[in-house]
Amino acid sequence: MSATTMTTDPRADARIPLRAHLRHTGALVRRNLLWIRQDPESMFDAVLFPIVFTLLFVYVFGGSIGQSLGGGQDAYVQYIVPGLMAMMGMNMAQGVGTGFNQDFNTGVMDRFRSLPIGRGSVLFAKISVEMVRMLIATAILMVVGVLVGFDINNWPGLFAAVGLSAVFGSALMWIFLTLGVVMKNAQSVQAMGFLVLMPLQFGSSIFAPTQSMPGWLESFTQVNPLSALADAARGLMVGGPVAHDLWMTLAWSVGITAVMAPVAIHKFRTKS
Amino acid sequence: MSADIGTLSLMTRNDKDPGVAAGAVSVRGLVKHYGDTKALDGVDLDVRQGTVMGVLGPNGAGKTTLVRILSTLLTPTAGHATVAGYDVIRQPRQLRRVIGLTGQYASVDEKLPGWENLYLIGRLLDLPRKEARARADELLERFSLTDAARRPAATYSGGMRRRLDLAASMIGRPSVLFLDEPTTGLDPRTRNEVWDEVKRLVGDGVTVLLTTQYMEEAEQLAGELTVVDRGKVIASGGIEELKAKVGGRTLRVRPADPLQLRPLAAALDTLGITGLATTTVDTERGAVLVPVLSDEQLTAVVGAVTARGITLSSISTELPSLDEVFLSLTGHRASAPQDVVPAETHEEVVAV
Repeated sequence: MSATTMTTDPRADARIPLRAHLRHTGALVRRNLLWIRQDPESMFDAVLFPIVFTLLFVYVFGGSIGQSLGGGQDAYVQYIVPGLMAMMGMNMAQGVGTGFNQDFNTGVMDRFRSLPIGRGSVLFAKISVEMVRMLIATAILMVVGVLVGFDINNWPGLFAAVGLSAVFGSALMWIFLTLGVVMKNAQSVQAMGFLVLMPLQFGSSIFAPTQSMPGWLESFTQVNPLSALADAARGLMVGGPVAHDLWMTLAWSVGITAVMAPVAIHKFRTKS
Repeated sequence: MSADIGTLSLMTRNDKDPGVAAGAVSVRGLVKHYGDTKALDGVDLDVRQGTVMGVLGPNGAGKTTLVRILSTLLTPTAGHATVAGYDVIRQPRQLRRVIGLTGQYASVDEKLPGWENLYLIGRLLDLPRKEARARADELLERFSLTDAARRPAATYSGGMRRRLDLAASMIGRPSVLFLDEPTTGLDPRTRNEVWDEVKRLVGDGVTVLLTTQYMEEAEQLAGELTVVDRGKVIASGGIEELKAKVGGRTLRVRPADPLQLRPLAAALDTLGITGLATTTVDTERGAVLVPVLSDEQLTAVVGAVTARGITLSSISTELPSLDEVFLSLTGHRASAPQDVVPAETHEEVVAV
C-alpha cells in the first residue's frame, strides 16, 4: 500500500547476511561471558553440581547399590558417572530456559527485538555459552569421577556420550525455552523444571539399576527416555550393548524437537 | 462511537492517502485487540520530520501499545503505520535501523557495565569494533556517565539508568526516537535531567514521539500533542491550542497568614471567575486555587487581593493536570482501564 520511497537507501537491505548473524551472535556471546565475569557465582552450579553429586551418590549409595551390581562401591562408580554425564545436557537446557526468561523480564529483549538483528542470534549466543558451561561441568565430572575410581578406557566412547547428552539436552531445551517465554520469572522456570525432571530422573536408570524397583515403576523406567540416555552413555563409556538405547535416545530427541520447537518458536515470536 | 470526537475540530485528517504525504511517523486506522480488550481502536497520527509529538493519556489508554507497534515489537490487528517511510509490518528490518527506543522500564542489561551495554548495541548495529568503541565513549561522555562507565548498570541510580537507556537508543543515530514515558517513576530533579537530554536530542534534529501522563512533560518537550483515551485519539493539535481548549491554568494563591485563607477565598469567589472548575481551598497547603482562562482574569485576581489588603507569600500558575485535561475534553476523568472496558464493550454491542 504505502509507497516505499526509500528503497534506494543502501540501508534498506532487508536480509541479514550470514556474516552479520555470526557477528551479532559473537557480540551476544561476549555479553553472556561478561555476565559470568561480573557474577562468578553463576558458575557455581556448573562447578559444584558434578562434585557434590558424584561424592554424594558414590559415598552414600555406592556401597549398597554396588553390591546389587555384583561388586562394591567401585562397581557403582562405573555405573553412576555415565548416569551423571547424561544429566549434563539437561542442566544446559534448564540454563538456557532460565536465562531467556531473565532477558524477557528485564526489558533487554525489547531492546534486542527493536534492533535489526535476527532473533535467532540471541538464542544461539545463549546456547553457545550454556554449551561451554556444560563442557566445563563435564570436565569436572570426569576429573572427580577418575579421583573416586572411574576407569576411562574408551575415549571415543566418552566423547560420544558427551555429544549424546548435548543432543538430548538440546531437544529438552525447547521445552525449557517455552517455559522461559511463558512463565513469569526465572524461579518458576527453575521450579517447574525441577518438578518435571526430578521424577523423570529418579524414575530412570540414571542413579540405580531398575530391576529391584516395583513392577509398575520398572515399566515406567523402560519407556523413560532418560533411562535410554543413561544406558546409552553407560554403553559408550564403559562397554556393553549400545545400539538400542542410542537409537531410542536419538528418536526421543527428534520427537521432542519436532513437537516442542515449533511451540517454542511460536511463543517466542508472538510474545509481546 | 464517534459522537464525542465529532465535536472536536482538532482531529487529524483521515482522508490522507497513506504513504504519500508520509511524515516521519504516519499512522492510519491502527487497531490492536487483545481478546475483547481494544488497546487501540482506530488511531490516526502524524509526526512531522524533526518535531516532537507528545502522546498524552492515562494508564491503559494505549500509549505503550502504540509505541510497541511503531517499533515493530507488536503487530497491529488492523490499520497501518510507517516510520521514516518504512512499513511496520512489511519492512521491519529497515525500520529498526532508523529508530531508537527507550521503554517505560529501562531496557539496559543491568549486569553489564554501562560501556559494555553501549558497545554491545553498537556491534549489533553492525558498527566496526573501533567505531563501536568510539561511539560508546562518546555517548557516555555526552550523557555524563563516563565516571560510571565500568560499573554494572545495576549500581546506577534511576536517572543514570534512564540516561544510559537514552544513550543506548542513540547509538545508531536514529532519525526517529520513541520515548515511552521516559520520566515515569523519577524524582523531579532527575526528571529535569532527562528532559534536558531529550531537548538536546531534539536540537540535533531527531524526530521524537513521546508518551506521557503529565501535561507538564508534554509542555516541556512536545510541540504538538495527541490526547488518547481508551485506545482512541480524543484530541490533537498544537500544544498552545490544546491548552487554551482545556482552559488554561490554575492560579495558586497563598496568603502569608493562614487565617486569611477563608477571607481570601471569599474575596476571590465574589469575582465570579469560573474557569473549568470552581475556586477551591487547599487547606493543607494553605492556598486558594483559582482556575483562570485569560490574562485578564489573572490580573483581576491580583487586583482583588490588593483591594482587600491581603498579604501574599506566594502566587504561582499551574498547568492543568491530566485529570483536568480529560475532564474538559471528554467530560469524564482519566480512568483506569478496568473501569472502562466493560462499558466500552457494551457500547460496541449496542452500536453493532
